[in-house]
Amino acid sequence: MTQAASNMVQDSAGAPDAQLHVWLKPHRIVLIAIGLGILAAAGWFGEWDWLAQYRAQLWQGLWVTLALLASSVLIGFLFAVPIGLAQVVGPWWLSGPAQAFCTVIRGTPLLLQLWLLYYGLGSLFPMIPGIRGSFLWPYLREAWPYGVASLAISFAAYEGEVMRGAFAGVPAGELQAGRAFGMSPLKLFWRIWLPRALHRALPVLNGETVLQLKSTPLVATITVVDLYGVISRVRSGTLLTYEPLLLLALIYLLLTAILVLIFRFFENRIPTRGV
Amino acid sequence: MGSIDWGLLALSPPGWGGVLLAGFLRSIEIALGGYCLGLVLGIGGAMGKLYGNELIRDLMETYTTVVRAVPELVLILLLYYSGTDLLNRLMAWMGREAVDISGLAAGIFVIGIVQGAYSTEVIRAAIKAIAPGQIEAARAFGMSPFKVMRRVTLPAMLPHAIPGLANLWLIATKDTALLAVVGFSELTLVTRQAAGATKHYLLFFLAAGVLYLGLTLVSNLLIGRIEKRARRGIAEARA
Repeated sequence: MTQAASNMVQDSAGAPDAQLHVWLKPHRIVLIAIGLGILAAAGWFGEWDWLAQYRAQLWQGLWVTLALLASSVLIGFLFAVPIGLAQVVGPWWLSGPAQAFCTVIRGTPLLLQLWLLYYGLGSLFPMIPGIRGSFLWPYLREAWPYGVASLAISFAAYEGEVMRGAFAGVPAGELQAGRAFGMSPLKLFWRIWLPRALHRALPVLNGETVLQLKSTPLVATITVVDLYGVISRVRSGTLLTYEPLLLLALIYLLLTAILVLIFRFFENRIPTRGV
Repeated sequence: MGSIDWGLLALSPPGWGGVLLAGFLRSIEIALGGYCLGLVLGIGGAMGKLYGNELIRDLMETYTTVVRAVPELVLILLLYYSGTDLLNRLMAWMGREAVDISGLAAGIFVIGIVQGAYSTEVIRAAIKAIAPGQIEAARAFGMSPFKVMRRVTLPAMLPHAIPGLANLWLIATKDTALLAVVGFSELTLVTRQAAGATKHYLLFFLAAGVLYLGLTLVSNLLIGRIEKRARRGIAEARA
């Protein structure tokens, strides 16, 4: 029975009507009605005139948030793979620093790291002779590179840990089979070890990417105007307490839902038998 | 500027060490309070999700989904402002005077609500990992539901829950830093104030980092001991 039910849930193309019927129980209809009622009340009684005025800025903020998420996840993951690998097969002078890096970054708050980079390093850079003339200077004066850097460092540390477990968890027999076929170490890594580890880590990476999305608003504290930064401007401009924050929460809910759906699509594309 | 002025970290007033330690203590207080509140909410939430009727289960699902999908920073702002606002309105409605909520209580409340959603999931999964026969046996002995929970369910789920709960404790200690954004003077905010006043940013942020890291490492040691103790009846080789 439960098997059939779970099959039905998974096979969404099968019979959407029947599925909807199972899901829509009377109390759920009431709950949805209450939820819609609250939304309607918020729309009716709240002040939303500012939406038109700030619309362009909100889109811009959304773009900044998504760009921060994508770039920090990408850069962070590129570092996470060698960090994870070094901890599994590296010699002590590689695995030690990798482990220390993960422990230190995971043991301190991201907000502190962000402020350390922005205020701490940011105050040191101008003292380096010749840096004002270099091509880096225009970037070092902006806030967003520090935001991307600290988000990427944090993601690299957390995912380095995840990839360590994933690399270690690939069955030794599969690697031996690859070696028996005469694959070079690089080919073995590229064709077997990395794909299999990625496959194992995918569900965890999904959760971690959602966590990363939820970390992005911290960059607003170093004057990067992401979605949260725009909403902060709205709040100080209109002196409204609830409406901007509720809209913000709603947008993040939607973004999380979209992220989860995207990852589920990828997870379903890979057959999982015996994993 | 080149050399490091360690005197800035001295405990007495020309140095900022005492201020940092006071902030550190407040961070730990909030983390502890919020974590305990989160545990209580988590046990309640897990019970609701496992044994509640359909309505309660859906309400719990909504709570955990929403809290886990919205950034902590946004939740903290929402709960911090709306919590104090609603409480004061309630007080006015009951004809009492507006109360001034201490930052400590508000911080504990906010961290607790966030932690509650995560610990609900951890505890629910841990309870589901208990062999069902144990709970059935307790029921067969005629124990009341409360007694079953106190004597069997909670102790038996502990070994399964400890890794997740330990993780949540570490998250709680780091989430207290977010309260700096609403102006609560815990470690991160006082660090920023000290750094701003002396212009020695790197020194103070590194010092605060050492304090947070120390807390994490000490916690890890204690967690290891607790885990060992909680698992003492369980065979080691569990595939």
